[in-house]
Amino acid sequence: MEPLLKARNLVKRYGRVTALDQCDFDLMPGEILAVIGDNGAGKSTLIKALSGAVIPDAGTMWLDGAPIEFSSPNDARAKGIETVYQTLAMSPALSIADNMFMGRELRRPGFMGNWLRKLDHKAMEDFARKKLSDLGLMTIQNINQPVETLSGGQRQGVAVARAAAFGSRVIILDEPTAALGVKESRRVLELILDVRSRGIPIILISHNMPHVFEVADRIHIHRLGRRLCVVDPKDYTMSDAVAFMTGAKEPPADVLAA
Amino acid sequence: MSNAENFEDVVKSRRDEKVAEFDLIEKNVFHRLHSLLHRTPALVPLIVLVVACVVFGLINANFWRISTLSLIFQQIGIVGILGIAQSLVVLTAGIDLSVGAMAVLTSVIMGQFTFRYGLPAEVAIAIGLAAGTMMGAINGVLVARMRIPPFIVTLGTWQVFLATNYIYSANETIRSQDIEANAPALQFWGTAFNFAGARVTLAVVLLIVLVAIMAYVLRHTAWGRHVYAVGDDPEAAELAGVPRKRVLIQAYALAGFFCGIAGWVMIGRFGSVSPSASTGILGNIQAITAVVIGGISLLGGRGTIVGMFLGALIVGVFEMGLRMAGADAQWTYLLIGVLIIAAVAIDQWIRKVSS
Repeated sequence: MEPLLKARNLVKRYGRVTALDQCDFDLMPGEILAVIGDNGAGKSTLIKALSGAVIPDAGTMWLDGAPIEFSSPNDARAKGIETVYQTLAMSPALSIADNMFMGRELRRPGFMGNWLRKLDHKAMEDFARKKLSDLGLMTIQNINQPVETLSGGQRQGVAVARAAAFGSRVIILDEPTAALGVKESRRVLELILDVRSRGIPIILISHNMPHVFEVADRIHIHRLGRRLCVVDPKDYTMSDAVAFMTGAKEPPADVLAA
Repeated sequence: MSNAENFEDVVKSRRDEKVAEFDLIEKNVFHRLHSLLHRTPALVPLIVLVVACVVFGLINANFWRISTLSLIFQQIGIVGILGIAQSLVVLTAGIDLSVGAMAVLTSVIMGQFTFRYGLPAEVAIAIGLAAGTMMGAINGVLVARMRIPPFIVTLGTWQVFLATNYIYSANETIRSQDIEANAPALQFWGTAFNFAGARVTLAVVLLIVLVAIMAYVLRHTAWGRHVYAVGDDPEAAELAGVPRKRVLIQAYALAGFFCGIAGWVMIGRFGSVSPSASTGILGNIQAITAVVIGGISLLGGRGTIVGMFLGALIVGVFEMGLRMAGADAQWTYLLIGVLIIAAVAIDQWIRKVSS
């Protein structure tokens, strides 16, 4: 099977620090791929390269076999790759609907929209409400609530809903459970499985091994700026994965990245 | 999985808790007031304005005459337009100390291009507006591309524009009679008409129209939402796909354009073109005062143009009301000073959402 999203030999340097060192990456259709790695291993840079927030110095990426090049997150979004950043990338003072449509607002049809550039607030609110309830996320009474009045779990929910609503090809989740309590994490994990059941592959970056082993189909282990190996969570234990990730143990040759 | 790894199984089976539901039960009057102000911060200046008008009306019955109100509007005309410019910049979490200098320099450019180079007044006005936009864009480029803090950038350009203004004009005033005879278009916004028995200038109408237009742009266009997003959290805005630098430069440039309009209005208001008009030095402080009293947060991303307009009106009402009550003019400054601090204190309180 051909990978849906593929990258080869990605390089990114920040001054003297090499964040990505000839890094490879493969995401198969319909899977949940977890990306784990020690702090500073270059996970975030890899994810930002895939989502257009960082432009790699070298290397090539393919989506569906076609080479792609992003110069901004908007390029990636135009190709159907949506990212939920760890910081959630939401404007606290703006409403849920404003945030869901930030950067891709809908305009009114006809004269008001074309000439006076008037936004279609109602269409955006209806869409946001529908997407949130589709995901069984919440019973929203006020879609115009500012995001800062929501709890951490609710914000995460809105961010995931935004990604799921617009991400037609790939959804990238960066540490979606890191800031959440146990119950809220549980809800988000169910959300992730729910999104996969709609056929959209997910890249999940997490430090939480139980979460990774619970939902991931494959685990990409990142070490020193490159892919060390890809393992099946059924074949290895969490302590194996942590040992590979920290360099305490060498992964067997059959899973080592070429 | 070993036992140690099963610690979350409890929550997998026992799921009666609500996790991500929005409860909107506001606990008491205090909370309700808080969330009301959180949604509409312009309510604060509106309440202050209404109370001030009632009090001044009780002190002196003449306060409520149309002619008095019209005079207040005329006096806030220039500050109000500078306040629109300032609001745009403050909403992006910046500050523009050069608004007054840009206004004076553009008024001088309009005057000198007409009288020194003999251009038609209309052309000189267009050049003046373009120059204002350019000056604003310079501020914007320095802030967005060179990453210099807005306070520093505009502290510098304030001096540069003001000095340019004196050097270029050779500190020479163009007299009102000359403008009236040769280039009446320069004084266009000073044209008065009769409204309900009071004399109203076109500048007042212009201010109200501009406030309405900018309120629309900020609320109902994508660009307006982007201005808020950039001021609220620049990194989040950028990750969400907002072209942060472009929005910043556009906001500063548009502010410069409004300063150009203010420069044109100044000619109508004062009659003459004077490079030493006090607006060059005080304009920025007055505009910032209107913005702050109007409930726009200096930290960016919160507040409305209508609030700024109310803030400018409050200043105008205090000046007029206290003068009519026969108080020392210093009382105005004292009260405005208190209002500024109170407004920022309220802003801080509004920001505490989780209380």
